[in-house]
Amino acid sequence: MKREIPLIITFVAGVAFVLQYFIPHYPFSRFENIFSDWFAIVGAFAIWLGALSLIKLCLLNISKKSHDWPISLLIIVCFLSIVIAGAIDGFQGMNNTPATSFRDPGTNFDWLYQNVYTPLSSTMFAILAFFVASASYRAFRARNTAATLLLFSAFFVMIGRVPVGDYLSAWLPERMQLSHWANWLMAFPNTAGQRAVMIGIALGTVSTSLRIILGIERSHLEG
Amino acid sequence: MMKKYHYWIILVALIIVLILLPKPLIVSPTVSTTITVLLGLALVVVLVLTLRGHMIGRRTVFLFIGVSLTLPFFMNFRMPIKISPEVQTLYDAIAKLPPGSKVLAAFDYDPPSAPELQPQAEAFMAYAFKHDLKVIIMGLWPQGPQQANMAVAKVLRQPEIRAKNLRYGVDYVNLGFQSGNEFVIQRMGTSFSGMFPRDIYNTDYAAIPLLNGVENFSNIDFVFNLSSGYPGTVEWVQIAVDRYGVKVGAGNTAVQAPSVYPYLSSHKLTGLAGGMSGAAEFEKATKEIGKANTYILSQSFSHMVVIAFIIIGNAALMVSYRKPKQKGA
Repeated sequence: MKREIPLIITFVAGVAFVLQYFIPHYPFSRFENIFSDWFAIVGAFAIWLGALSLIKLCLLNISKKSHDWPISLLIIVCFLSIVIAGAIDGFQGMNNTPATSFRDPGTNFDWLYQNVYTPLSSTMFAILAFFVASASYRAFRARNTAATLLLFSAFFVMIGRVPVGDYLSAWLPERMQLSHWANWLMAFPNTAGQRAVMIGIALGTVSTSLRIILGIERSHLEG
Repeated sequence: MMKKYHYWIILVALIIVLILLPKPLIVSPTVSTTITVLLGLALVVVLVLTLRGHMIGRRTVFLFIGVSLTLPFFMNFRMPIKISPEVQTLYDAIAKLPPGSKVLAAFDYDPPSAPELQPQAEAFMAYAFKHDLKVIIMGLWPQGPQQANMAVAKVLRQPEIRAKNLRYGVDYVNLGFQSGNEFVIQRMGTSFSGMFPRDIYNTDYAAIPLLNGVENFSNIDFVFNLSSGYPGTVEWVQIAVDRYGVKVGAGNTAVQAPSVYPYLSSHKLTGLAGGMSGAAEFEKATKEIGKANTYILSQSFSHMVVIAFIIIGNAALMVSYRKPKQKGA
């Protein structure tokens, strides 16, 4: 029964989802609302689960003094700082008239968000610019026909998507300017490629979903 | 060739110079042109060195990218920005909305994507408030409503908007974050209050004047989605547009934008502002010139430097092809 019950739940939920999509009338329309609510509740619990799991992992690292344990300590300190700041601001806000939110400008949470979280996460993302540049220098080389096509596409998109492209090709007729080439590449070859990828993903999703609903694919029950 | 500590010296020197210089520091167009020419000459030197067989390291690439991204912030350059067809479509759709129209602004991004999306958010909010559009804010990403608050706080400081005395709950409302990804959109198709029973101030849905009569997507005139991944524009198109027929326009990061082009050409998506260039174009279209018009100069410079390094990389490839032939001869 340990395997059968989850398989039955998966089958019933899967079929109900399919039916509510194609038959948007009572009683199937009710399924949609019920499942959406359940999904939101499960999603909210997943956030808690993720947070608690992170804390547990970090506490284990600290207690075992494993490699890089000070980073685990830092994670816990940062986590608790923002949670406590948000909670204090939230409770204070509920008593204010009119009510204020912990997200409002001027709160401790907002200060941490704007001055710690935003710069740090933006920095991590900004580092990508350097790696992309270095990777472009090494990867975009005309070694064969496919690589040369990729190279020219990258050239036209990179120069055509910024104003400098039009600045340099301003002397050409409008339809020959670099932005026009970049727009054409995005609207036609890129769209065609993206459509192929989307159709492939959709077919893969349908077949995998059917396998899961019918209980043929059971890897999600393991572990 | 440069040693490792040379880069540290250059970096420290740059930081000291930036700290000591008076602010705000904007150099004249002549100095800006001179800096650009010097940068170009340095790249020519790197190309010549490469052709002579001296390969450059990745730190040199990093240095050039750092310089090309930083210096334009201090330059007095303006480049003509041409509005692309997808941004024009987005603007036209928003411009057609009569005053009092209810617009749902979905903030589905976090701070790493803010340089590209926050200028779009600010331009949209400023335009909406100036044209008396009623804005309902929500987020499928936990950080989204916070980003929206930042944009609203900034545009409310503009004298023209401040003079309108906009009231929270009447002219705009922030419903906050709701977990559940695309299921939130699906549920909103039948009931907004089912997914958002309260706003971020814990006020009941029914007690918010702006939301009177807003039951589902049928009562929304336009959805503007700012997205940097999942859940985002793809989900809004697949559910809100496909199932409920609402009009959705989007602002995306440059990384995500190519993946939504199929929806654009099939007219499922009503306009798209992609990346920093899309943000700069959207600012120009709405006449709300902000940070994107400054940042785009940095992006232009860095793109030129990357293109230069691609040429240098191919020069290095040519040199590597030539070497064995010389040995054979």
